[in-house]
Amino acid sequence: MNLFAEALAWLADPVHWSGPSGIAARLAQHLAITVAVVAVSAAVAIPVGVLVGHTRRGRGVVVAVAGAARAVPTLGLLTILGLMMGIGLQAPLAALVVLAIPSLLAGAYAGVEAVAPDVVDAARASGMSEAQVVRQVELPLAMPVLLGGVRAATLQVVATATLAAYVSDTGLGRYLFAGLKTRDYPQMLAGALLVIALTLVLEAVLASIQRAAARAAAPTHARRAPA
Amino acid sequence: MVGMPIEFRAVRKVYPDGTVAVDDFSHHVPSHKTVALVGSSGSGKTTLLRMVNRMVDPSSGSVLIDDEDVRTLDPVVLRRSIGYVLQAGGLLPHRTVLDNIATVPVLSGTPRRAARTAATELLERVGLDPSLGPRYPSQLSGGQQQRVGVARALAADPNILLMDEPFGAVDPIVRRELQDELLRLQAELGKTIVLVTHDIDEAFRVGDEVVVLREGGRVAQAGTPSQILTHPADDFVRDFVGADRPERLLTTVEVDGRRLVVDANGRPAGVLSP
Amino acid sequence: MTWLSSAWPQVVDLTVRHLAVSAPAILLSIVLAVPLGRMAQRSPRAGGALLSAASVLYAVPALPLLIVVPVVLGIPLRSPATLVVALTVYGTALLVRTAADAFSSISDPVRQAAVSLGHSPRALFWRVELPLAVPVLVSGVRVVTVSTVGLATIGALVGIPSLGSLFTDGFQRGITAEVVTGIVTTVALALVLDAACLLAGRALTPWTRVGVAPSLGILPRPGGPRPTAGRGATGIPATAEAAR
Ligand SMILES: Nc1ncnc2c1ncn2[C@@H]1O[C@H](COP(=O)(O)OP(=O)(O)O)[C@@H](O)[C@H]1O
Ligand SMILES: [Mg+2]
Repeated sequence: MNLFAEALAWLADPVHWSGPSGIAARLAQHLAITVAVVAVSAAVAIPVGVLVGHTRRGRGVVVAVAGAARAVPTLGLLTILGLMMGIGLQAPLAALVVLAIPSLLAGAYAGVEAVAPDVVDAARASGMSEAQVVRQVELPLAMPVLLGGVRAATLQVVATATLAAYVSDTGLGRYLFAGLKTRDYPQMLAGALLVIALTLVLEAVLASIQRAAARAAAPTHARRAPA
Repeated sequence: MVGMPIEFRAVRKVYPDGTVAVDDFSHHVPSHKTVALVGSSGSGKTTLLRMVNRMVDPSSGSVLIDDEDVRTLDPVVLRRSIGYVLQAGGLLPHRTVLDNIATVPVLSGTPRRAARTAATELLERVGLDPSLGPRYPSQLSGGQQQRVGVARALAADPNILLMDEPFGAVDPIVRRELQDELLRLQAELGKTIVLVTHDIDEAFRVGDEVVVLREGGRVAQAGTPSQILTHPADDFVRDFVGADRPERLLTTVEVDGRRLVVDANGRPAGVLSP
Repeated sequence: MTWLSSAWPQVVDLTVRHLAVSAPAILLSIVLAVPLGRMAQRSPRAGGALLSAASVLYAVPALPLLIVVPVVLGIPLRSPATLVVALTVYGTALLVRTAADAFSSISDPVRQAAVSLGHSPRALFWRVELPLAVPVLVSGVRVVTVSTVGLATIGALVGIPSLGSLFTDGFQRGITAEVVTGIVTTVALALVLDAACLLAGRALTPWTRVGVAPSLGILPRPGGPRPTAGRGATGIPATAEAAR
């Protein structure tokens, strides 16, 4: 396929790699945006989700909010925030936070909610305070599902962070919009390949963290003899 | 009534993971009789039962129904001609009681309306109120589900009934009722029944013949309940049937002019009829 | 709102166009993801590869996909078909895992019971597995519906008209009302289609909404054992099964 060959050639050209607007710098920006957005969203969404899962109250509200947030088109949100906040990073960061929150929220409350009630009862019966129940029982057991939420949110953010370049000169999305404007499709495709590569790396890292958490949550599971 | 004897000929089953579920099993199940296969969990009972309707194909040996090797029969057609009752009824949760019972006739092309009418009659036959017909399985008690399972197995009027721990999921009182119901139905219908259970008392209650199985589907002893109880073949069988248990060792004492049957602990078990 | 009073025919037109790309993409995603999900559930090895491929596909940024699709398929760049294909790729990638989960959610005893009754493989799929997969499938289809309607706006970046055109146009001309209208209409469309999925799912699964109300349905038989009151609770295992 010709387009792919040209995209690879574009990537292989050392000129495109260096400098403040080179691939290396943009990869770092893109990764920084992704990590920042997921961290901020997690700081908001995970405590709320854990609380909802623990108290089993407000589930309806959380589902409704998460559903509504999912329905908001990221491009629209980015545009309106761009009009309000002006050109720069604030608008894309805020829009991406809204994008990431539903998955994180869902992972946190579903994970905590799925912890067997008799396990929680047993923890209470053995004299743990509510905070200890959450920290020492519910969180470790919910961790695999919760990290599943983090994984989903990260994938969405890393792919969608390309839109940040619509209102600011940041990240790998720049190659897509620049290519679109000048009909330089090899450059666009090269940008996409970079995003995919970054995604795969993040996905592999998160998957192994999630597996480790699953082993910690159910240590005997892997060794259990077939029934 | 058509006779449909079942013959197990040196069947063996090794699962792909290397488990030898059944080592070498031969047995003849005569027409119109109930044979109870009894053994502890993992002894290969389910595997043996499923060889009859080809849910499992033996690794070697063969199963014959009315002298025909089941391997020569189309499994789907074969299964529709055999009633199968599973633990907890095995009802399809998305179908109403009537549609569950009508499943096989509808699969075989009976018009739905006719199949439902027949299903309503079967509902009464197994002792359930026809008003339960439009309900879903989740709206029934365990005992009711089990009866629907039996009705469904009877829907195509099969000559053979396979029952896999059919009353395992209900409480002892309901289990007792269902066993009585099965005996009553069998007296009316005279099917060839293979019933699998790990409950020796159930095997003794419903089986014309009882086959006690060890690990790997090996026959420890086969015979009528009274043969097995009076002449257990070895210590394994003696243990399994609890021939030495206090409640099996009954004696009679006279109380107020009637013969009272008591067990080895002196607990009353019943009164001798005059 | 003065903008809207003059531009509403355009909004209606764009809503129709938006629906015309979203709806086929959602339907195609279902048609593709259901058999793929069932395959993935059937053979875990091929299934694992399929599911990984799906999550990678989902990670492909939309914009370049809108460029690659016409090149690969030989259709015009600005054709709505390009957008339908791209949205179908995402929708399928998103739904395939849920579809696999939906088929795994069917308990083994139920499947075995269906086989023992003499369902052919085809009857097993159409009459037992597919209906029982519907509750979980619907949850996935709802996510795909909302996400597809939102994602369809991206087409505006390459000039495929949709409600997203209100974003690009409003951004370039600095008309906030236009962008807000686009967001509100997109969200409304997503929520309406979501509600439609929910209702369709309910209509297809009447058995999931029945209350558990066991009563004495056992006929008293002369001379036979009398029905025992209060045995309703004995149905717990099967009930839990159905509720899953
Ligand atoms: N599909 C299977 N694959 C591997 N092993 C199996 C399978 N089914 C049953 N087994 C094994 O075969 C043995 C007999 O099983 P089964 O026939 O179900 O016994 P029972 O019904 O008496 O409990 C058991 O050890 C069981 O674990
Ligand atoms: Mg068994």
